[in-house]
Amino acid sequence: MATTDRLKDHWAEQRLFLHRVIAAVIGIVALIIVVLGRLGQLQIADYEYFSAQSQGNRIRVQPLPPTRGLIYDRNGSILAENLPSYQLELTPEQVPDMAETLSRLARFGLIEADNIDTLQALIRQHRRFDSIPIRHRMSDAEVAAFAIERPRFPGVDIRARLARNYPHGVAAAHALGYVGGINAADMQRIDQRDYAGTSLIGKIALERRYESDLHGDAGHEAVLVNARGRIMQSLNAEAAAAGKDLILTLDIESQLTAHRALAGRRGAVVAIDPNNGEVLVFASEPSFDPNRISVGMSRADYLAVQQDPDLPLFNRALQGAYPPGSTIKPILALAALHYEVIDPNQPVYCNGSYSLPGSTHRYRDWKRGGHGWIDMHGSIEQSCDVYYYELARELGIDRMESFMKRFGLGGVTGIDIAGEKNGLVPGREWKQRAFSKRADQVWFPGETLITGIGQGYLLTTPLQLAHVAATIANRGQRFQPTLLRGMSDPVTGAVEFAEPVPLESVGIVRNDQWEQIISAMSAVMQGTRGTARAVGIDAPFTLAGKSGTAQVFTVAQDQEYETEELEDRMRDHALFIAFAPLEDPQIAIAVIVENGESGSGTAAPIARTVMEKYLRDML
Amino acid sequence: MTTLTADRRTQPLGTMGFMLRSLHLDGTLLTGLICMLAIGLAALYSAVGQNTALLAGQLLRMGAALIAMLVMAQVNPGWLRRAAPWVFGLGMLMLMLVLLTGDVGKGAQRWLNLGVRFQPSEIMKLGLPMMLAWLLHDRPLPPSFGMIVVCLAVMIVPVGLIAVQPDLGTAILIVLSGATVIFLAGIGARYIIGAIATALVSMPLLWFFVMHDYQKSRVLMLLDPDSDPLGAGYHIIQSKIAIGSGGLFGKGWLNGSQGQLEFLPERSTDFIFAVIGEEFGLMGALVVLLVYLLIVGRGLYIAAVAQDTFSRLLAGSISLTFFFYVFVNTSMVTGLLPVVGVPLPLVSAGGTSMVTLLAGFGILMSIQTHRKLLAR
Repeated sequence: MATTDRLKDHWAEQRLFLHRVIAAVIGIVALIIVVLGRLGQLQIADYEYFSAQSQGNRIRVQPLPPTRGLIYDRNGSILAENLPSYQLELTPEQVPDMAETLSRLARFGLIEADNIDTLQALIRQHRRFDSIPIRHRMSDAEVAAFAIERPRFPGVDIRARLARNYPHGVAAAHALGYVGGINAADMQRIDQRDYAGTSLIGKIALERRYESDLHGDAGHEAVLVNARGRIMQSLNAEAAAAGKDLILTLDIESQLTAHRALAGRRGAVVAIDPNNGEVLVFASEPSFDPNRISVGMSRADYLAVQQDPDLPLFNRALQGAYPPGSTIKPILALAALHYEVIDPNQPVYCNGSYSLPGSTHRYRDWKRGGHGWIDMHGSIEQSCDVYYYELARELGIDRMESFMKRFGLGGVTGIDIAGEKNGLVPGREWKQRAFSKRADQVWFPGETLITGIGQGYLLTTPLQLAHVAATIANRGQRFQPTLLRGMSDPVTGAVEFAEPVPLESVGIVRNDQWEQIISAMSAVMQGTRGTARAVGIDAPFTLAGKSGTAQVFTVAQDQEYETEELEDRMRDHALFIAFAPLEDPQIAIAVIVENGESGSGTAAPIARTVMEKYLRDML
Repeated sequence: MTTLTADRRTQPLGTMGFMLRSLHLDGTLLTGLICMLAIGLAALYSAVGQNTALLAGQLLRMGAALIAMLVMAQVNPGWLRRAAPWVFGLGMLMLMLVLLTGDVGKGAQRWLNLGVRFQPSEIMKLGLPMMLAWLLHDRPLPPSFGMIVVCLAVMIVPVGLIAVQPDLGTAILIVLSGATVIFLAGIGARYIIGAIATALVSMPLLWFFVMHDYQKSRVLMLLDPDSDPLGAGYHIIQSKIAIGSGGLFGKGWLNGSQGQLEFLPERSTDFIFAVIGEEFGLMGALVVLLVYLLIVGRGLYIAAVAQDTFSRLLAGSISLTFFFYVFVNTSMVTGLLPVVGVPLPLVSAGGTSMVTLLAGFGILMSIQTHRKLLAR
């Protein structure tokens, strides 16, 4: 077809164009015949079939939501279940005037006027013919009242659905989390087809982490509806597959004990089985009621919870970063043994304060007047600060930093709840990155000293401290903390147990060095001068522990520490780590009580009660 | 201006004919369009459940679109040709603005908010064929290989910008509007075969590297709608039931159970052809298709008798592209093609595409009524 003559030839071009138009017309006719053929097939050949589908059988396919999996504790006590409840649902395409309907429902007291915008957004997220829950857990009185008014609200209906219920309420809320309505953000992370009939989704903690297992697979059924859209009969259905049941590592008895022991305080208790990393207790106080949150609290109530100065929604066990105080001392003593910077049997004299050579700044010991001559064993038993100032100076921050990191500090433990905080193990490199001013980027020797008593920049979470306690109890072998013991198939009942996940062990420390430290920690509880002797001496089991008191408020030089003058929230945090029984550790625990003032006085008794509850069957 | 209408002296004109001439309107085309708009209003009235407020909105959009048609019909094709690169450039600018600042509607970034929200891709539906026709106007036809490469390059940029919005449906339609220009310009058979082969080869590439999951699921649903009756398959199943149950003569206006009982989703927009099929049956669908053929046929006739290359190519492209809309929508609704979100032209509710469509027909009318006397 290529022309050699490249000048425009109008007649030839017009002829060519005409040929093309004719070709196009042939194509158009062919395509129209295809469409007509298809119409003929649908409307003549298959007319009977489609007519039956449409006229006689008005079939609507509707989703069958799966039943959410249950959650049990390690002994089979139920922690999360599904109870029948009534909810209000709305089908957008049947509602004549959405804004008007919602405002009338608000006036009727069934939804909150403040929530209308949120609901409108939710409705826009759904298809016009979906039934969207707009109010969960109606009371019997509300159901009765609405039933009378129902004809005035076309497109709005009451449905009986299963609602999530947490029998222990606040006690385990931070571990279990809660479920709530599916919002726009949730829509992004789910397969919407699977959630066609589901109205609730795990929002935080375990309910969220194991959402895909708990949710199950949606089924669907074809139903016959009459001319007014009412369901007459159910045809073939593909049943939904219920979600898996979770068996947790938690011991709800011990959890409740921890919850009660912390009552009225701000703090956390985390207990771990050192042999496999199973989390036995995971309590954070104050807590919230997942039963109320999951049904959609009123805005005012939610704001009240959110703005509570005690931060009940804050998961202290997971995200609270606290200076470990003296609970860090066993690790640093181990470091000193390993690097042989100090002879454990060589006593150091403690006169109540310590100064770096060439400096007048006094670093205080918690005990006025000091502990006198004291060796490593005594330094842990009596928690002598001066000993650790000296020890820290000998070790230097670099060795301290790397040794603490071997215990998992400064990083997440990998527990199966999202949002874990790293805490902080400071060092030279960190300081350079963290500060912008050149003068602040230098690591000062004094900072090494206060790190030696678990103060300064050093931060740990209660979970990390429990992990440290478990690691010491296990002589350096570490396991990833987990809350999931196994999953059970709701149909067959077959349980699939989770394997413990070993983490890189601490290594390098010799066995006799572990024993030295553990024996000193046992002296804390049951020795003649142990700081927690009052708690440990009459315990019905052997145990090892270490108290800690972390400063929130820095006391100025030459000023005496006056507890009474401090605002409540300026008081020291009380910390305690422990494990028991000594011969064969079954439980390792960390307790933190914010502003509890004394680790041995406030935190240690809580640790003991919880351990005693957990070891109840062995005693 | 020296332009005179063509056969004023040879044919006796009635009052009607005189009015049409002085408004630069084409009687045949106008009749087809008005018929289609009327059918569309009737179908829509039924599809929206006799909601007059919605119908009034559609009437308003039709009015705006008819005004756009009237305005375009007055524009001399020569002037339009000179404006072509500017229109194209403006469209490109807006497409880039959309990527940078556009509003997000239904998860895709297609809208530009300049006082009124609109989709710049609509401008391209006319802008691209205008640009290509402008490029080919002064060149000898069939176009040289180099010219074809230039045309493809001009096509690829706006199409790419629209495809990443992502709006694959519109991107494909704009590719087609450009491809028709090149086809009508008379490119050789080997290029056409080559293009078809390339399209076939690139399909798997599109599938694996370009298409989003929701787009893939629409294609898969076409093959087996029953595999997901609640999700993507629902539209196709319900649409087929509606059309099939309409039979030869339909269930009667406002009596379609699938549409009226709201089993059929998007019945006022993309799936309105199913409402027509259900309520008016095969006969009704046939009438609709015939009216469409009348419009397309008249458009192609105008192209065939047009006097310069630019007019021929543009008129032909507008007519063929319009047919593609009809074909893609009816095939999609009858389950022959995947659900790609192409409305039924002149019938589906919604304004943006209506204005572009009728503006395009305005151009056709202008080409037909601004013909110079051949005698000179």
